[in-house]
Amino acid sequence: MSHKVVIPIGPYHPLQEEPEFFRLYVEGEKVVDIDIVIGYMHRGIEELSEHKHFDQVAFLVERICGICSTSHPFAYVNAMEDLAQIKVPERALYIRTIIAEMERIHSHLLWLGLAGHFIGYNTVWMWAWRYREPVLDCFEIISGNRNHYAMMKVGGVRKDIKDEDIPTLQKALDELTPALDMFKGAVMDDPVIQARLKGVGILTKQQAIDWCVVGPTARASGVNIDVRKDDPYGAYDRVSWNVIIETAGDVFAKTVVRILEMQESVSIIRQCLDKMPKGEIDANIKDIPPGEGIGHVEAPRGECFHYVKSDGTNSPVRHKIRAPSYVNVASNKVAAVGQTISDATITLAAVDPCYCCTERVAVLERDSDRRLMNGWDLIKLSQEKTEKLRLSFRCRT
Amino acid sequence: MENVVEKIEGKFSDKILKSYEKSAVRIYLDFKPEDIPEVAQFVFKDLGCRFIIASGTDTPAGIEILYHFSYDQQGKVISLRTLITDKKNPQMASIAKIIKGAEWIEREIWELLGVNFIGHPDLRHLLLIDDWPAGKYPLRKDQ
Repeated sequence: MSHKVVIPIGPYHPLQEEPEFFRLYVEGEKVVDIDIVIGYMHRGIEELSEHKHFDQVAFLVERICGICSTSHPFAYVNAMEDLAQIKVPERALYIRTIIAEMERIHSHLLWLGLAGHFIGYNTVWMWAWRYREPVLDCFEIISGNRNHYAMMKVGGVRKDIKDEDIPTLQKALDELTPALDMFKGAVMDDPVIQARLKGVGILTKQQAIDWCVVGPTARASGVNIDVRKDDPYGAYDRVSWNVIIETAGDVFAKTVVRILEMQESVSIIRQCLDKMPKGEIDANIKDIPPGEGIGHVEAPRGECFHYVKSDGTNSPVRHKIRAPSYVNVASNKVAAVGQTISDATITLAAVDPCYCCTERVAVLERDSDRRLMNGWDLIKLSQEKTEKLRLSFRCRT
Repeated sequence: MENVVEKIEGKFSDKILKSYEKSAVRIYLDFKPEDIPEVAQFVFKDLGCRFIIASGTDTPAGIEILYHFSYDQQGKVISLRTLITDKKNPQMASIAKIIKGAEWIEREIWELLGVNFIGHPDLRHLLLIDDWPAGKYPLRKDQ
């Protein structure tokens, strides 16, 4: 007889960037349905923005996310520059691009570490986070902050990159390159990781299109979209780089996309540091005319979209924000159904929503709400599955 | 290269109220509310545009909704604009059946601006708590 239970995942954890609540309906081992509840962290930022000066809004939207904290202000300043048709100094475009790509590296490393932890590769976790540290140090050198760099400003950037800091940044990139090669080898050539992640949590190309997903989640399913290439902003059209596409749509493909993207990011930053011209970093914008503007950027998790409407005063009349997880998380409705419970943790984490949600997992009996498993038990279940695979591989060889 | 905007304008020449190109990659097309599902279907299914999001605004003339689509091959953002003039009982046909990715945003506009999306499969609170008082809409300017 099948044992029908509900698994609530979430909603709160102090480390979550976006608390959310997944209610998994399972029969035996299999996830048969999923209900996604969001809104636990609804802070009314769109409404708040209508009461801030255009200059302050950049700081406000930076606080939407602590991981990709430059993506929102970047999309916002793009929207404002579209609204007011502002020409941004060339040097500022390069600095913006460098900051955005450094953010992609540290965000992807963070994800890689947590994904490693969920499947029982704690070494990957430790190493990924160890190599994330120097990236944060670079942020501190440039902006004074490890997170919330406050670099974006309508019309330019707030801080310049000093010439004397460039060798330090280049050295950090030189040291990061062999580490990324190591991760590439450690993940892509490991038979256990392949067995553990291939075919898990598949989102087909058609499903990706239907659910309008973006970023690595879409690119791992063979959808060739990347705002940096499609509608270039910053200095992305001034440097050469590749969009990484995989077709399998499973967790493994999403991992590969992120690892290879980090290598592209290193190359983009290197080219920007070389090509960056001297000059002004700010267009010194004073007034914003009435009108509307749209800005979108490729955040580490996918397209981040901002729409701003102005009536000629110094605050927006409407500011619509769409973070990439808004569409990516919804796609779990198809990716997680049909999976086993031990794969649900990594499937939900694979869109990079907010890793820590998965630590809040518990299995309850549907009628009595009796706790059968907590979050740690589920991560353990996931890790045990990897361990079993590891042993079976060892027996074979 | 084929121009997607011309295709939309060609197919719906009698239905477009206004067309405005802010720049080569930012296009705004105005339609009546009742024409939106048909246009959205054409833009999403036939032209292969990606639905980004919809945004609702409370304006003095009514509730304005913009459906933002992206034609990624050419990096164009095409925004379909419509105005619901009845602010007391704003209604709009749902496009969630055509575009799955629109399910959440229609729930959001429903709870924040009070627009009733006819034909939505699951119109319930998304961001606000379930016992949020009926008739209170946070993004309405008069509240």
